[in-house]
Amino acid sequence: MSAGLSRRSFLALSGGVGSALALAACSSSSSPPGAGGPPAGGNGGATYTGPKVTIKFWNGWTGADGDTAKKMIDEFNAATPNIHVDMSVYQWADFFQKLPAAVQSGNGPDVAAMHLDDMPTQAAQQVIVPIDDVATALGLKESDFSPAVWQGGMYNGKRYAIPIDVHCLGLYYNKTVLASAGLDPAKPPTTGDEYLAALETLKGKGIQGSWVSPFQFTGAFQFESLLWQFGGDMFDKDVTKATWDSDAGVQALTWMTGLIDKGYSPRNVGQDADYISLKNGKNVFNWQGIWQVNDVASLKKFEIGVAPLPKVGSQGGVWGNSHQFVLPRTRGSDANKANASRYFISWFTKHEIDWAASAKVPASNELAQSPQFTSMATLSQFGKEVADVHFPPSVAGIDDALTELYTGVNQAVLMKKKPADALSSAASRATKIIQDNKKKYG
Amino acid sequence: MSARTSRELSAPNAALASRSADDSRRVRRNRRKVRRGWTATPYLFLLPYLVLFVGFVLIPAIYGFYISLHDWDYLLPHKPWVGFRNYTDLFKSNSRDGAAFWQSMRATGLFVVFSVPFLVACPLGIALMLNRAFPGRTFFRAVFFAPYVLGVAVVGVLFRFVLDPNIGLVNFYLHEIGIHRAIPWTTDTPWVWISLVAMTVWWTLGFNAVIYLAGLQDIPQEIYEAARVDGASSWDSFRYVTLPGLRPVLAFVFTVTLLASANMFGQAFLVTQGGPGTSTRTAIMYITQTSFQQYRQGAAAAMSYILAVALILLSMLNFWVLRRRSA
Repeated sequence: MSAGLSRRSFLALSGGVGSALALAACSSSSSPPGAGGPPAGGNGGATYTGPKVTIKFWNGWTGADGDTAKKMIDEFNAATPNIHVDMSVYQWADFFQKLPAAVQSGNGPDVAAMHLDDMPTQAAQQVIVPIDDVATALGLKESDFSPAVWQGGMYNGKRYAIPIDVHCLGLYYNKTVLASAGLDPAKPPTTGDEYLAALETLKGKGIQGSWVSPFQFTGAFQFESLLWQFGGDMFDKDVTKATWDSDAGVQALTWMTGLIDKGYSPRNVGQDADYISLKNGKNVFNWQGIWQVNDVASLKKFEIGVAPLPKVGSQGGVWGNSHQFVLPRTRGSDANKANASRYFISWFTKHEIDWAASAKVPASNELAQSPQFTSMATLSQFGKEVADVHFPPSVAGIDDALTELYTGVNQAVLMKKKPADALSSAASRATKIIQDNKKKYG
Repeated sequence: MSARTSRELSAPNAALASRSADDSRRVRRNRRKVRRGWTATPYLFLLPYLVLFVGFVLIPAIYGFYISLHDWDYLLPHKPWVGFRNYTDLFKSNSRDGAAFWQSMRATGLFVVFSVPFLVACPLGIALMLNRAFPGRTFFRAVFFAPYVLGVAVVGVLFRFVLDPNIGLVNFYLHEIGIHRAIPWTTDTPWVWISLVAMTVWWTLGFNAVIYLAGLQDIPQEIYEAARVDGASSWDSFRYVTLPGLRPVLAFVFTVTLLASANMFGQAFLVTQGGPGTSTRTAIMYITQTSFQQYRQGAAAAMSYILAVALILLSMLNFWVLRRRSA
């Protein structure tokens, strides 16, 4: 019995202790790993002239984006006989358990993609290495991008990430149902007043037109967008404390719970139920991520339109994030693989417009404004928003604090707490976490 | 070779006789050997398990305790020693984990209290029915066991849609039969607990039922016959023959179920995401979040030790109660 118990306590620790033990055995010394400067004989990936190598590329693109990436990599492999890219796709949640452990034990990939806000944590833990040389070789400069996307790739004054795309929230709306309620499907609401007026009309027809999700996807993203629209921000300037419990935050969350109070949304919306009901005609408006564009396009019974988010507050504000390329730290120094990885990043970045087909806005301004992109009717709606997009700050461990916001939004939207109470208790917990993380990551 | 074969063929009886004499001598010699024994033999048989136990249980457990005494992030080169601070912090309500950890322990405790009675009783009822002879019995045994082979991911996603408050199957049919309130199965207490317990019972009932079935088949039929002769009703037979006969099996089922419920993770992770708020975030969920999302293995190890100690105490209490009853 005691064996059973200690096995259970062991299982509770599971990989943590087990892998840490294994890793301790592997990483014989705890001296800081190599600085990871540019490899010998390289030119930051402008070209690759070395012998034939295979490089491993990891990401969390489990949706349509994974299929697009696969096609692009097939194309790359065919065009580049001396480099073979081998891609592995994981759920993002698994990805951030596997990647650090793999890197630590010397079995990590040569290239990886991750979100803007995950990068600083991985950089602080030396899972990834600086890649200023790649940015230089590609001739990338700040003016090519939204400042947040460009600055977001920096950590402690060094560039760790090359932007691939921007993905943000937009207004999805069921054109078929909208038309049947006598509203013009060609003119989706652009302001808070128009939005509420449309919802009132829909309510008259017995339709709850704006289901409010209590979950991170996408209720919390809706809250963040509204917070910025009402003039608030998530954190103070130096990211020393959470500020989403400001008046703007309370206004934003009260606006969301108001949709439920006024009967425009049912109570207790389950995970994804807001989006599923949009697709089956029970819901009409859904603040949803760009990544669903290809999914709604395949619907037969209903036609779904996409528009920029309505401006409910005094200014534009849209939740967004960005995929970025990073180079994981590798054991030893295989200069050929390092150079091949840089060449691959460079190639992929130049083919960003193909990547946009997986429902993303290209990271580079030039591409986002190019006819190739603006001719993609649905996706280009998101391109119009890019100037209003806010990104999570580049601070190590910031996701630990954001988790508290998701809990607060959940409590308020499920009517367990008043918006002000939910936000302030979430903010005070988050502030404690931010300060704690500051001590840890410096 | 051929000569020997032909001799054996020509005198098979003699050969057989001498061989069997050989065999019996060997057996006697062996038996003496075994009886005298080589002291190391049993330990050699235990050795493979011992190696696994030491390698995968004992050393990690000790190492885990060592980790719990540090501010430990396995990726950072510097892992400061903090003594018992990871433990004492848990008892301070204003620390990062203090309130949240105990709330998760409470959630785990509630799930144990709500789920164990059903997980012990329902499979017993099923086993009693499946133990009777009726046509299609094997089929129904398979039916009740079938959900157990599903992974938690499948069960979780399935129930998320079956139980969705607004677009789920259950509320749809409740509406059809005249219950018009959309019951918040996955988003509000106490309904979330009912959902989590019910799906766990449906999912795992087959395992306990099979163990009960094996136990039931071990109770001699004669005792039931004797009870019937004495005029026992079927309730009497259950109360005075079946239950006492199942006591060791019950003790096993109870202990294993208790520990399994205390380790609940997947159901809440997938169906409620720990919500509403954090009310169904179990201890294992919180420990996982601390260790693998926040990279704080030291604090997570300390929490694991507190959970382990709680489970050890609970199991000791459990054994103490069951031993007193059987004495």
